[in-house]
Amino acid sequence: MEQLKVDFNKVIESLKLSEKSINSRKENLNQFVENGFPNKRVEDWKFSDLNQIISSNIENLRFHTDFEISEIDETTFIDKFAHNKIIFLNGVISKVDFSSEDDTKVLITRDLNQNENSKEVNSLVSLNNALITSYIRVTVKENYSMNEPLIIYNITTKELKSTAINLKTDIVLEKNSSLKLIDLFDDSSENNFINIVQNFDIAQDAILKNYKIDHKKNSNIKYSYNNINLEKNSISENFIFSTGSKFIKNEINCNLNDEYSSAFINGIINLTNSQHHEIKTNINHLAENTKSYQLIKSVLNENAKGIYQGKIYVDSKAQKTNGYQLSKALLLSENTEFDGKPELEIYADDVKCSHGATSGNLDEDAIFYLMSRGLSNQQSKELLIKGFLLDAVEKITDIEIKDLIKNMIGITE
Amino acid sequence: MDAREKEIEKLKDYKYGFSTDIENTRAPKGLNEEVIKFISNIKKEPQWMLDWRLKAFERLKQLKEPNWQKPKYPKIDYQDLYYYSAPKSMDDKPKSLDELDPKLLETYNKLGIPLQEQARLNGIAVDAVFDSVSVATTFKGELNKKGIIFCSMSEAIREHPELVKKYLGSVIPLSDHYFATLNSAVFTDGSFVYIPEGVRCPMELSTYFRINATETGQFERTLIIADKGSYVSYLEGCTAPMRDENQLHAANVELVALDDAEIKYSTVQNWYPGDKDGKGGIYNFVTKRGLCKGKNSKISWTQVETGSAITWKYPSCILMGDNSVGEFYSIAITNNHQKADTGTKMIHLGKNTKSKIISKGISAGFADNTYRGLVDIAKKADNARNFTQCDSLLMGNKCGAHTVPYIKNKNSSSNIEHEATTSKISDEQLFYCNQRGLNQEEAVSLIVNGFCKEVLQQLPMEFAVEAQKLVGISLEGSVG
Repeated sequence: MEQLKVDFNKVIESLKLSEKSINSRKENLNQFVENGFPNKRVEDWKFSDLNQIISSNIENLRFHTDFEISEIDETTFIDKFAHNKIIFLNGVISKVDFSSEDDTKVLITRDLNQNENSKEVNSLVSLNNALITSYIRVTVKENYSMNEPLIIYNITTKELKSTAINLKTDIVLEKNSSLKLIDLFDDSSENNFINIVQNFDIAQDAILKNYKIDHKKNSNIKYSYNNINLEKNSISENFIFSTGSKFIKNEINCNLNDEYSSAFINGIINLTNSQHHEIKTNINHLAENTKSYQLIKSVLNENAKGIYQGKIYVDSKAQKTNGYQLSKALLLSENTEFDGKPELEIYADDVKCSHGATSGNLDEDAIFYLMSRGLSNQQSKELLIKGFLLDAVEKITDIEIKDLIKNMIGITE
Repeated sequence: MDAREKEIEKLKDYKYGFSTDIENTRAPKGLNEEVIKFISNIKKEPQWMLDWRLKAFERLKQLKEPNWQKPKYPKIDYQDLYYYSAPKSMDDKPKSLDELDPKLLETYNKLGIPLQEQARLNGIAVDAVFDSVSVATTFKGELNKKGIIFCSMSEAIREHPELVKKYLGSVIPLSDHYFATLNSAVFTDGSFVYIPEGVRCPMELSTYFRINATETGQFERTLIIADKGSYVSYLEGCTAPMRDENQLHAANVELVALDDAEIKYSTVQNWYPGDKDGKGGIYNFVTKRGLCKGKNSKISWTQVETGSAITWKYPSCILMGDNSVGEFYSIAITNNHQKADTGTKMIHLGKNTKSKIISKGISAGFADNTYRGLVDIAKKADNARNFTQCDSLLMGNKCGAHTVPYIKNKNSSSNIEHEATTSKISDEQLFYCNQRGLNQEEAVSLIVNGFCKEVLQQLPMEFAVEAQKLVGISLEGSVG
């Protein structure tokens, strides 16, 4: 904690901040210091003791970086389709490229003083508020649909070690606008803690499609918090592809604030070794005729641990809500573990809400069937696992991105 | 309306709302070592039992009341309660039913458990616990012939200390959690059942609990042991008179099933739920846990929870023996300002263990009904199997229905399924029933009974009829 205070002062010095902003950062810092990294006594972290994970994986955690930034290796970029780019390199924005868009329709702000603090929902968000060094807000103006998808590259390089970095992006979609956003992680660094906060404000009739891809094996520990506000008739589609990091917890808080808004959260967790991934969702149905749908598929190998915590909250005003939640997990090795907490909290009577959760091994009968058709045991299993994951991937509505993710899990058409 | 009529009117809502004028012997108010010694002394307990209680009390001082539950309640002042209250006439314990205080018997008749008649006609052995003391155990002779021990806890402590010593606290350890520890320190009575090896208990065993005195907490302790290859079905019913203040009921129930044994435990809980504005009522904070210790053992919990201001309990099964089976069937009905946070824990430790959870929650008025459950499959529990189904029914938009299942799976050969739905009684269903000549109330009662059928079927016959009626009564006036 001493290190944290020293680094906090360094961060403040390195940035030109208003008095107000400094004070609010101090408050946030104090909040973090008071609570520390969440441990398993905190209900939301029951299955993932972050405090313990960090202390056993990262020695002497620092909260500030000051080394020179190396060149970006652009060969790892997506080349299947043209796209806009925002590049975070070791926690600092190194490139913003919206060249194919109308610059009166897509506004970019990078001024830290314009950043409004996120609501302090937990100690990690407070930490993020206190320590962010670069910030970006993308506003898509009314009636504008982006020509190309936006990819936010989160790149870390070998130079980064035992450091906590904090990233923040705000996305504002005005009325009837639309955006496809991919968050792509590319880590060559080891043993860092990466803390990401993203806010989405989606106005009437607007559509957001957000895909999070963490597919490159690395030993970093990540926490990502998405807060999504949906207005009338707007749509948010989320897909989480979670397979790369040592530990990652993706948390999505989604408020369906007005009628006919809908939220879709689908995802796959595919783990080996001693990886430990969690998806936590919080869907708040706050108005009539809102809809939510969640499908999470997990495949666990070796010593991996997967967790799904999902909550559907239905306010007493939110009649005619339609909420659905399904989590399925495959435990393929004797040392794997899957924990789930699919939760419903309902205060309105005219609703359709259901959830399901299953976990277990592959169906022996299905393997037998495939083997009787001439496949080997290994091939049968692989086929079944791919089919299992494909269920969730097929929910992606954007064809280019669907194909991209299919390729990543080894499915070619 | 004069006072008397009002009183009658009030009683209509909760037909068990009478209290009986019987002189009580009470321990001094408050919770301290002296009171524990008083309880132990008055029950003529041996020293080891007193030591055990005091150990629990020491432990209790270090424990904090849990606070994670959904229904919040005002802080309980544990020093403002009586921990022992017994009908005075019990001081000279009667030898047989004929010697019982006729007023006591009258009370039980009002409750619908005429001990004498029951003994003769129904073939159900009843152990009635009045306030804190076990009043009478019927049918003793018959059971004795088979070697079955069915008596009050205090008697068991005196007569069968070796069994009590061996099993008491073996399922719910002394230091388990706040209310369980409180119970261990101050428990007053309860039932004790031992079924010897290979015996199939020829009748249903039954206990009836009643809190009569004011400002008392009821802390009963039940211990059921089914030895190898035996079978027992045990019923429990509860009522309490209507009082404005809240009363605490913190019981511990421990079940132990050895190899090939089966225990079936059914509860119909109808404690006073408080009035229409949520005033008064029982806090029902009960710890129930069963241990399937032996191979091929089975424990099945069935509960119908219609009473209490707050119900907070999780009858659980620890499936330790290989091939053991745990079952949990529950109906929880909350109306007006009642709150329930109930469910089960299935802890799979042995190989090929199976569990099944069926929970039906019904909420009406301003009530809040939560299912909270845990399915935990340990690493060595190969081929474990769980099926969970929780359905909730909501009536009106001022009540809430919640489902909070925890699922932990550490074994890849196991299989867990969980599903939950929330719905309301549809207008089509009501219309159909109306059209066939049923009025609104009858229609609701019919639909709700259909909704609960899977659970009601699990109850023994005599109870099922009673429970079915209760389901209807609890929801009277909630749709209309």
